[in-house]
Amino acid sequence: MSTGNMNLTLKIWRQKNNKAKGNLVDYKISEISPDMSFLEMFDVLNEQLINKGEEPVVFDHDCREGICGACSMYINGRPHGPKEGITTCQLHMRSFKDGDTIVVEPWRAKAFPVIKDLTVDRTAFDRIIAAGGFISVNTGNAQDANALPIPKFQADLSFEAAACIGCGACVATCKNASAMLFTSAKISQLALLPQGQPERYRRVQSMVAQMDAEGFGNCTNTGACEAECPKGISLENIARMNRDFYSAKFVSEEEV
Amino acid sequence: MADFNANIPEGELTVKWTKLRSSMPLVNPANKRSIEIVVVGSGLAGASAAATLAEMGYKVKCFCFQDSPRRAHSIAAQGGINAAKNYQNDGDSVYRLFYDTIKGGDYRAREANVHRLAEVSANIIDQCVAQGVPLAREYGGLLDNRSFGGTQVQRTFYAAGQTGQQLLLGAYSALERQIGMGKVEMFTRHEMLEVVKIEGKARGIIARNLITGELERHFGHAVLLGTGGYGNVFYLSTNAMGSNVTAAWKAHKKGAFFGNPCFTQIHPTCIPVSGDHQSKLTLMSESLRNDGRIWVPKKKDDQRKATDIPEEERDYYLERRYPAFGNLVPRDVASRAAKERCDAGYGVGVSKLAVYLDFKANTERYGRIEASVHNIHNPDKETCMRLGRDVIKEKYGNLFDMYKQITGEDPYDLPMRIYPAVHYTMGGLWVDYNLMTTIPGLYALGEANFSDHGANRLGASALMQGLADGYFVIPYTIGSYISKELATKAIPLDHPAFVEAEASVKAILDKFISIKGTKSVDFFHKKLGKIMWEKCGMARNAKGLSEAIVEIQQLRKDFWSDLRVPGIAEEFNPELEKAGRVADFIELGELMCMDALNRNESCGGHFREEYQTEEGEALRDDENYAYVSAWEYKDDVKFELHKEELKFENIKIAQRSYK
Repeated sequence: MSTGNMNLTLKIWRQKNNKAKGNLVDYKISEISPDMSFLEMFDVLNEQLINKGEEPVVFDHDCREGICGACSMYINGRPHGPKEGITTCQLHMRSFKDGDTIVVEPWRAKAFPVIKDLTVDRTAFDRIIAAGGFISVNTGNAQDANALPIPKFQADLSFEAAACIGCGACVATCKNASAMLFTSAKISQLALLPQGQPERYRRVQSMVAQMDAEGFGNCTNTGACEAECPKGISLENIARMNRDFYSAKFVSEEEV
Repeated sequence: MADFNANIPEGELTVKWTKLRSSMPLVNPANKRSIEIVVVGSGLAGASAAATLAEMGYKVKCFCFQDSPRRAHSIAAQGGINAAKNYQNDGDSVYRLFYDTIKGGDYRAREANVHRLAEVSANIIDQCVAQGVPLAREYGGLLDNRSFGGTQVQRTFYAAGQTGQQLLLGAYSALERQIGMGKVEMFTRHEMLEVVKIEGKARGIIARNLITGELERHFGHAVLLGTGGYGNVFYLSTNAMGSNVTAAWKAHKKGAFFGNPCFTQIHPTCIPVSGDHQSKLTLMSESLRNDGRIWVPKKKDDQRKATDIPEEERDYYLERRYPAFGNLVPRDVASRAAKERCDAGYGVGVSKLAVYLDFKANTERYGRIEASVHNIHNPDKETCMRLGRDVIKEKYGNLFDMYKQITGEDPYDLPMRIYPAVHYTMGGLWVDYNLMTTIPGLYALGEANFSDHGANRLGASALMQGLADGYFVIPYTIGSYISKELATKAIPLDHPAFVEAEASVKAILDKFISIKGTKSVDFFHKKLGKIMWEKCGMARNAKGLSEAIVEIQQLRKDFWSDLRVPGIAEEFNPELEKAGRVADFIELGELMCMDALNRNESCGGHFREEYQTEEGEALRDDENYAYVSAWEYKDDVKFELHKEELKFENIKIAQRSYK
């Protein structure tokens, strides 16, 4: 099972650095096994390029089990490829056919500039979290964990929002390059918990302001983000964020 | 020789930590503002330490090689985190967690460190819940627990199969909060490539900006390494592709002793290897062993489909061999038992290197309970299975999906096929009770140190240790060093030690580029992994280890003469990053084999075939090997062994039994 018999044509975005102009380059690859992951197919390609004395394709990846959020390939016009509910690293070659042509591009968004080839800069997400995606509790300040019972359904909803891996597929698929699904997932996780209440309205205002400052677009309710999210983060989070954002203007006496 | 004293506080075991904490020198807030601390790594240990130290007022710089601190590999931990809360009223206590951990580690860990870990375990859960980490709850709104291997109480807290993710995101938010406040300066896509030592003390690091390739000098009054484990020395492991030993290894070569390098954990429940193209192995959480039963056919080379093999023709070998703990024996025991069955010819699947993990019995049992809750009386089997499936789905849905994605088989219908794989390294930089290495001012936290798990780590204890070190230990213990450093002003970056360290890093990077050989980094990495897995893996013997050492030395020669790294050093060049990591793995691999060869006993994950009981269990030699091997680096990849005797004053050392 080490090698297979799939032959493929790859059209891959190559770009030397963030100043250079990039373009799609064709590569032929053969003896691909359907049991390989998509990234293992890239490993085979890179090994061949190195052996030929060419530069391997640079792409982000790390855990290769769908949880770190590093991998970020735009495959045949869809973030993380044709299957639903998975990241690029969990996509296997059995999802393709012998003879297929596969186009692979980086995430495209003004707020995610290309660094090299398929690698983009997603530090804007970190800055959105730094603006308010936390509960201000210093180490050592906590009370007993069971002193605050939280209804199971509420804890579960919070967990579902917290499942976001910060990959950026939502931004990549959005025609407006909006980061509302990402931002609202963190806002919701904390807004749904009693621990998150003291900073609830301050948080939503600060995080939305940072999101706008980073150059992400607005939401026009297309829903592509929810459809493409590998973790199934719900659009309801955006609704919740919007409610909180407008409420903040009335409910909160705090100016942020 | 460097200072090699474990610095364990005097007094009764149960008061050592409390007393030390209350008598530790403090640093006043005004002074903290002028003290700079470098934290390398942003996983559970690194992020929690960086955030907490910044909260306390220190000036912190934090480094990670990933594009965001949120991607550190702690994120992938699935099953849970232990804490001695006794919320289940099943007799748990700090002492029991301490005892289970020492016994689970096969009596090769320090009593004082492990007791402290058990003491602070409860604070971790409190802290994480306060941060908004959504741990699993019961209908009453209180936290839920589950069982993990090597214990008979339920003390494991969890968030579905994503506990590591949720805990890391908690630590990450705390870190980002400090970054937002300007109290932590974060350096992403930066890799530490050298420790800078001045007058014997750690005073900073050389880091490479991975995007531009520039080398940078960073000063710190102290340097903390929370850089994880070295499982990738085996090439295939459950670690992330980027996980590496480089930071720890550079520290080792600068004088930090390396503790118990041969103690590696082979996790029993991973998805088996499917072919040569494989780049990594995926774990199926130990929590599955709560509800799954492990078996192989009683008949050798049985070709039937798992579901066609009747109950009486199945060998539930863990339940047979270990009736008291059954499927919940510790990882080392479960892994060896799987290997034993497969080696004897009872393995399943195409490769025959797999055993079954079957959820059918428990699915039906859960279904029966659900039926009762829904007032369905005398439910038929089909109804039970249907209802039970929903329960299993809620508990392990993401793991089942992951399994299906990788293997193409549906684990709701067929039992999972699993096999052991490299997962965690108990060994790491030697540290004293304060987590300081043998280099003054250089600390190691979390998986990067050797300290708490002995020769085998129990499930759900890695997250506990990483966060204990970062949130609750280092913030106190660092004070005893820093309080003596208040007079030290920030050292200018043109100090000769910085210049020299940077030049030596540059020389190595240029060397990689200039070899211009014929083989890629991965070629050498795979070769190293094969040697390590076959000769220093789940079972080891003197002959194999001696051969491995020679083979690795040859591999090192080939690597330095025939490596091909494309591109240049002054650009974003992942192949160059990999080259540096594999160069370090090759040296480490040799040391691991030396350590395994030196330890003429079997304990925990270290199983020397020559030393086993008649039943095939690990046979320790407490008279001669109740010590920590602490290796000192000598020039030119030579090592000298030092021994830290382990004293057991509170636990009676005994042969470990799970029968």
